[in-house]
Amino acid sequence: MESELLSTPQDFVPILIQLIVAAGFGVGTIIITHLIGPKVRTENKLGAFESGVEVIGNARQPFSIKYFIVAILFVIFDIEVIFMYPWAVNFREFGLSGLIEMFVFMGLLLLGFIYIIKRKALEWD
Amino acid sequence: MELAFVIEKVVLVTLIFVVTLVIAMYSTLAERKVAGFMQDRFGPDRAGPFGILQPLCDGGKFFFKEEIIPAGAHKSLFILGPTIAIITACIGSAVIPWGQSLTIGDRVIELQVTDVNIGVLYMFGVVALGVYGIMLGGWASNNKFSLMGAVRAASQSISYELAMGLALIALLMVTQTLSLKEIVEQQSGFVNWNIWVQPLGFLIFLVCAFAECNRVPFDLPECETELIGGYNLEYSSMKLGLYMFSEYINMFVSSALMATLYFGGYNFPFMYDLGLSQNWITIIGVIVFFAKIFAFIFFFMWIRWTLPRFRYDQLMNLGWKVLIPLAIANIVLTGVITIINDTFF
Repeated sequence: MESELLSTPQDFVPILIQLIVAAGFGVGTIIITHLIGPKVRTENKLGAFESGVEVIGNARQPFSIKYFIVAILFVIFDIEVIFMYPWAVNFREFGLSGLIEMFVFMGLLLLGFIYIIKRKALEWD
Repeated sequence: MELAFVIEKVVLVTLIFVVTLVIAMYSTLAERKVAGFMQDRFGPDRAGPFGILQPLCDGGKFFFKEEIIPAGAHKSLFILGPTIAIITACIGSAVIPWGQSLTIGDRVIELQVTDVNIGVLYMFGVVALGVYGIMLGGWASNNKFSLMGAVRAASQSISYELAMGLALIALLMVTQTLSLKEIVEQQSGFVNWNIWVQPLGFLIFLVCAFAECNRVPFDLPECETELIGGYNLEYSSMKLGLYMFSEYINMFVSSALMATLYFGGYNFPFMYDLGLSQNWITIIGVIVFFAKIFAFIFFFMWIRWTLPRFRYDQLMNLGWKVLIPLAIANIVLTGVITIINDTFF
């Protein structure tokens, strides 16, 4: 298609400007509040707040493995999704054969998906 | 690159930034007003007429509060968390087309910060970055509740990102482009809106947008009853304010994105049949676009005061076992129907 013009590096300059403005706002407000807010430090105030119960140990201790499994599964499936983007943009030009090829790919993806559900990787109890 | 281009873009970026902040500020008031309306009470009405000065008071108060960095916290990450949250919330709006073009003198000004050919992908990337702010803040606080909130937030965001990506793929199969400007231009008028060809995709996208914004019924990362605030528990002063701000800005940007992708963006019915000049079409288009955005923001609030919160296993089941299979079915359906259309009609 002729209408699909390539983006030039110049097209990304405004994004850089927006990034600078956003970062300026974020950093600026944090510095200003640091300067104008009151500073009264006491030991109790600086302790971790856990509903008034005395804090036991450090918060950074081993955590439920379930979240880790979800993270790994996310990485696998997200890469599959990213592979589908270029196909989706061009799929009408590929026609029927392109569609079938993608269905084979998605079928394999689904097999893996059924497997993780059968293995109860996504059960929360 | 000439100087005029840079100046134009700086003015546009600043304008959009200010508008975004004002809308985010007034969303907090609107939220409380909507809550009041739904619960048959007034909502804030003391600061100024109808409480319109309330957001300014709240904002001012954030500045003058003491900022506390807990003794056990990782100091630099603790400060970095809210900064990243606000930056990622603010840069998302760069690719959204707010209107067509204005002609002032002989200069044509596009009402879009930049039209890159990977607009949708950029948006998707920014959304994915958003989780870092919450995760860093929650981990750096060194508080068990914060950590739990942060881990929940991360796990929820990535789960719903998958379904969101798959819903977008079905949309891209229809639009055949990643540029948001082109996607809007294709939806000229009323019958061409993508919602009519992708209703299921829109529904999935909507649910995922709620989850990505950590809004009710998906606000498990910050539920008060179990986690006493969640990831932002240890935050105070403007750092807490930045987290709150970024949540409302995310709501605004995702409303704008939904209006852009599925509801025709700045297009309105009969826009070329009324004999208006290009500048007027643009101005009315911008107003129409913001009306659509506000409708979505109101919908976000309506849901908040209507539905209760999910349980965590329900949340994950909905994401993985309902939305992802539905989104894949939507892709298959879209593919088959498009190919049949192309081959036989």
